[in-house]
Amino acid sequence: MRRYVLVRLANGLIVLWAALSLSFLVLHLVPGDPVSIMLRSAGGGDPVGVDRAQADALRAELGLDRPLYAQYADFVSRALTLDFGTSFGTGDEVAAMLGRALPSTLELATASLLLTAVLGVAAALAATLAPWAPLRNAVLSGTVAGISLPSFWTAILLIQVFSFGLGWFPAYGDSDTSRLVLPAIALALPSAGVLAQLLAKGLRMALAEPYVRTARAKGAGRLRTVWTHAFRNASIPALTMLGMMIGNILAGAIITETVFARAGIGRLTADAIADQDFPVIRAIIFLAGALYVVVNLAVDLIYPKVDPRIVLQPA
Amino acid sequence: MSADIDRSSPMTLTTEQDPRQPGRPPAPPAPAAPADPGQEQTHGRAARLRAALGTLAAHPGLLLAVLYLALILAWTLAPSLFAGTDPLRTDPAASLTPPGADHWFGTDNLGRDLYTRVVHGTRTSLTAALIAVSLSLLAGTVLGVLSGYLGGWVDQTLMRCVEVLIVIPGLLLSLAVVSILGFGVTNVAIAVGISGIPAFARVIRAEVLRIRSSVYFRAAVTSGTRTPVILLRHVLPNASQPVLVLAALEIGGAVLSVSALSFLGYGAAPPAPELGAMVSQGRDYISTAWWLTTFPGLAIALIVLCANRIGRALERTGVR
Repeated sequence: MRRYVLVRLANGLIVLWAALSLSFLVLHLVPGDPVSIMLRSAGGGDPVGVDRAQADALRAELGLDRPLYAQYADFVSRALTLDFGTSFGTGDEVAAMLGRALPSTLELATASLLLTAVLGVAAALAATLAPWAPLRNAVLSGTVAGISLPSFWTAILLIQVFSFGLGWFPAYGDSDTSRLVLPAIALALPSAGVLAQLLAKGLRMALAEPYVRTARAKGAGRLRTVWTHAFRNASIPALTMLGMMIGNILAGAIITETVFARAGIGRLTADAIADQDFPVIRAIIFLAGALYVVVNLAVDLIYPKVDPRIVLQPA
Repeated sequence: MSADIDRSSPMTLTTEQDPRQPGRPPAPPAPAAPADPGQEQTHGRAARLRAALGTLAAHPGLLLAVLYLALILAWTLAPSLFAGTDPLRTDPAASLTPPGADHWFGTDNLGRDLYTRVVHGTRTSLTAALIAVSLSLLAGTVLGVLSGYLGGWVDQTLMRCVEVLIVIPGLLLSLAVVSILGFGVTNVAIAVGISGIPAFARVIRAEVLRIRSSVYFRAAVTSGTRTPVILLRHVLPNASQPVLVLAALEIGGAVLSVSALSFLGYGAAPPAPELGAMVSQGRDYISTAWWLTTFPGLAIALIVLCANRIGRALERTGVR
């Protein structure tokens, strides 16, 4: 067990290191060097009039005049202490920028993850167990719609209906909890659709298993059979996708936070992409990768709790 | 894998009465059932075509999806046939006209006809999505074949690289690529294509591994067939079906990603019509001109819904 965790952790670290190295290399493959990007954004987007001496001074200050391997070693060792340098655009510490943006995104991600779980489980149960076929079909169509609708459009629809139409929730900002409702819904819908479909499929397969018939024959009620026998087994595929779903929620926040004008990591990402602010982009990619590795490790450790037949073995 | 339901189960007896449910893949009949069109003897094109038509007739939702996608392909191939006017032509006198007989979908703030722009925007988005999926398909095939066929350290290295791409959420990866390549529809298509590579590489690799253990593969190797011939005659044709199904399924996702990147402002430059960019431009008018965001948004959603519906139908009938 401990060996398994260590092996997986080592694996995750290798993948993270590879992601880090890739993002380092990528910066040096970019046409146009970071110094001219920085001077351009400092000079209000005007590329002409960049002073050569000024550029060289900045290059030396950033250590960009040193050999590539030295820069790489420096970059990796700094990243290990979560030091991602300073932003090209604002000159702030990247770590501090992320720290400022994190609470807003954390709040949004937690709310939408909870909503995803509630909506997804409810829809899956309704789609397999509702006693009325049209209702089951409607729920299933709903899950398909959740996956197929572009989230930036559903976000706008939500604003149109619930802010401008009914006036229930404020449309923009992140200053209080009432402003959390609409973005959380917009962000949760696609992942709830995926979760519901995975669970519904799992439930349908589990309900066809002999152990369900046995449980029913021995007198277990319908609800009990579904909840304690079928649902547990149905949740394994959904659990496998958890890491990907959390990653997608983080990526979806880029769109949601832009539409709802929330000052979180997603908004920071969108701005960084627009300004080619590579230190910020690298840090966010590293963060997303680390989150994925950690969540997947946690999921692996949960498997045997959900299904005791699963034994963890280092590959 | 099928979501088949054991009809003898007491649980499903009470809950599953109508196997033909729109909105999700209807439960396929048991493998032994002779009525399944996908299972019929598929000798000759005519029989296969008849089987396909039978499937369409049995699933009205699928038929609608195919018809709509055909319409959209026609839009893409010949946009001027369906929308005669220029999508860029402004008409300040008719700005922000609500949908009506003159302008089916209304006009935008510059008086441009929204229907025309949706037709041309669909063309841009769909083309970009097709480029993206083709790129994922090609690159994924090369990586997957190399990995599965050569094995050993090549396999290890390539799969690690693919894993790195999986670790980063798709949208974030595409955004990062766009920030490197620069903005524009083509670069967005390439970025979306790159984030789609891992799925294809993994599927192809699994197929190649399956084929490698087959008798016909070993026979070909033993009889001295050269490697390129083995790859082209034995490996690729046999690996193609699940990959094509995946490609069909990925088109919907690619349309979503392309339009999302354009919505964020990294795709088509402002006057050019693109569905995601149109939704973004309509955002300034959501309280006064609902049609500016509704029609382009709906157009995206319909493409994705139809592509997914067809992809899942292929998945059910195609893969063996």
